[in-house]
Amino acid sequence: MEDFLQNLLNGIAAGSIYALIALGYTMVYGVLKLINFAHGDIFMIGSFVGFYAGRYMARHATGEAASLGSAALVLLLAMLVCGIVGYLNERIAYRPLRNAPRIASLITAIGVSFLLEYGGQMVFGPDPKFFPTLVEKKIIHLGTITTTNYQFIVLAVAIVFMGLLQYIIYGTKFGRALRAVSFNFETASLMGIPTDRIISMTFVLGSMLAAVAGILYGLSYPKIDPLMGIMPGLKAFVAAVLGGIGNVPGAVVGGLLIGIIESFVGGSQFSSYRDGIAFVILIVILLFRPSGLFGRYEPEKV
Amino acid sequence: MSPVLAIHDLEVAYGTIAALHGISLEVEKGEIVTLIGANGAGKTTTLRTISGLLKPRKGDITFDGRSIVGSKPHIVTKMGVSHVPEGRGIFANLTVRDNLELGGYLRKDKITAQEYERVFTLFPVLKERIRQSAGTLSGGEQQMLAISRALMSRPTVLLLDEPSLGLAPQMVQTIFRVIREINAEGTTILLVEQNAHMALVTAHRGYVMETGRIVLTDNTKALLASDRVRKAYLGG
Ligand SMILES: Nc1ncnc2c1ncn2[C@@H]1O[C@H](COP(=O)(O)OP(=O)(O)O)[C@@H](O)[C@H]1O
Ligand SMILES: [Mg+2]
Repeated sequence: MEDFLQNLLNGIAAGSIYALIALGYTMVYGVLKLINFAHGDIFMIGSFVGFYAGRYMARHATGEAASLGSAALVLLLAMLVCGIVGYLNERIAYRPLRNAPRIASLITAIGVSFLLEYGGQMVFGPDPKFFPTLVEKKIIHLGTITTTNYQFIVLAVAIVFMGLLQYIIYGTKFGRALRAVSFNFETASLMGIPTDRIISMTFVLGSMLAAVAGILYGLSYPKIDPLMGIMPGLKAFVAAVLGGIGNVPGAVVGGLLIGIIESFVGGSQFSSYRDGIAFVILIVILLFRPSGLFGRYEPEKV
Repeated sequence: MSPVLAIHDLEVAYGTIAALHGISLEVEKGEIVTLIGANGAGKTTTLRTISGLLKPRKGDITFDGRSIVGSKPHIVTKMGVSHVPEGRGIFANLTVRDNLELGGYLRKDKITAQEYERVFTLFPVLKERIRQSAGTLSGGEQQMLAISRALMSRPTVLLLDEPSLGLAPQMVQTIFRVIREINAEGTTILLVEQNAHMALVTAHRGYVMETGRIVLTDNTKALLASDRVRKAYLGG
């Protein structure tokens, strides 16, 4: 029973990071029907901004209040930088290909991904770095399970940002326009919606969520390197497909499920298959339910 | 008086295949002008080019005397041209209210209670359905929603692409009655139809299109009386 709760808690914490990344995949797919393979690398950039900013802050801020304040500042800075990178990614790499065959954008996405990964190795250096301690770590005993304040921070921050996203999508004029563009690009433009601007904003929002994930990841697993985005990126992609690509709540559920399943596999006798399970899930969904848990199946438009 | 909407020598192609071979057409302020023609004649292509969804190979389109060729669709909408696309283009995943609100996307002010009342007067059924997902509406109700939505931007010119397509006769009557009412209140209308009879009794003037060319234009009385129109479009 302890094991069960422990695995569940670890899984939810890891899963909420996947969920934050998966949201970016799914939102971009929603508006452009494009799998933005560079998205995992934006997450990596978020982590690195957190690394440099956190190190700087650590030297210049002391005390608990200051540390919370500077952690928030680090988070905002990472979001800002990733927002800009995401914006430029769309503007420079994808927009010129908007009317080209879809395979062109897909290949470009893979190219951008390589650019960020190996560009990252050039700029940040290829060696792993230790993510600074943004917040003092505390061990918490909850009955028989042991956890840290980090897991609760991860959970709380993830919930806040998912709540914000939920509000933006379902409670604002921009969100209504975003849903319209996702449903039908052309008709949305006939409403007077500047579709290009909505698409740019979608990339910015998704990238900001990836930045949040990058910081939370750095906090939880404090070894970061320029290729760190590949695995979480792929798993978050699987999470988005599991939830139904293009479906926002689906991405959250998919992320949590992947996190939880991984955690249980990791805690079992099959622990060496931990990293592979996500791909088994992907194959199973693609075979039996390509629309995911919550997606409607839409045959490819001709 | 100069026309509010004018098309001059417009050529549009899909890839290398031309769909419009240099058409010209004018709509005066306050008119209902209809563009009729068989399936594949190029009616939808014409409307989509006006609203900026397609770029012409050649020719000009002016709105209020200014060229709008090359303008993005949202800019054309902003200038005062509202396009109800073929197939209605309802956002099925959104509520009826959200659809109407999106119609007013460009407005600085909110859609007023009176404007909602106006829509509900034109189409009472939309009032009952206002919170429903638009995908649950019947075809006729979706057409009502599409027209109401297009009015929310307070357009000068309304482009309607086959509003009667697939609707029951009763519903067709309703839609055409509302088209006349909207026009009577001052909105200029360019109406594309395959239902030539209804279009010709509703509009003031008409253009007849065949395989990408305008082959005939006149006031609708004359068109209804013309042998050519009667043979080809009115079943005798
Ligand atoms: N997306 C498209 N790609 C290629 N050809 C098209 C496309 N849309 C329409 N066409 C062709 O252009 C011509 C005019 O079509 P359209 O404007 O839809 O006619 P209408 O609305 O009068 O039925 C037809 O020959 C049609 O096959
Ligand atoms: Mg048509």
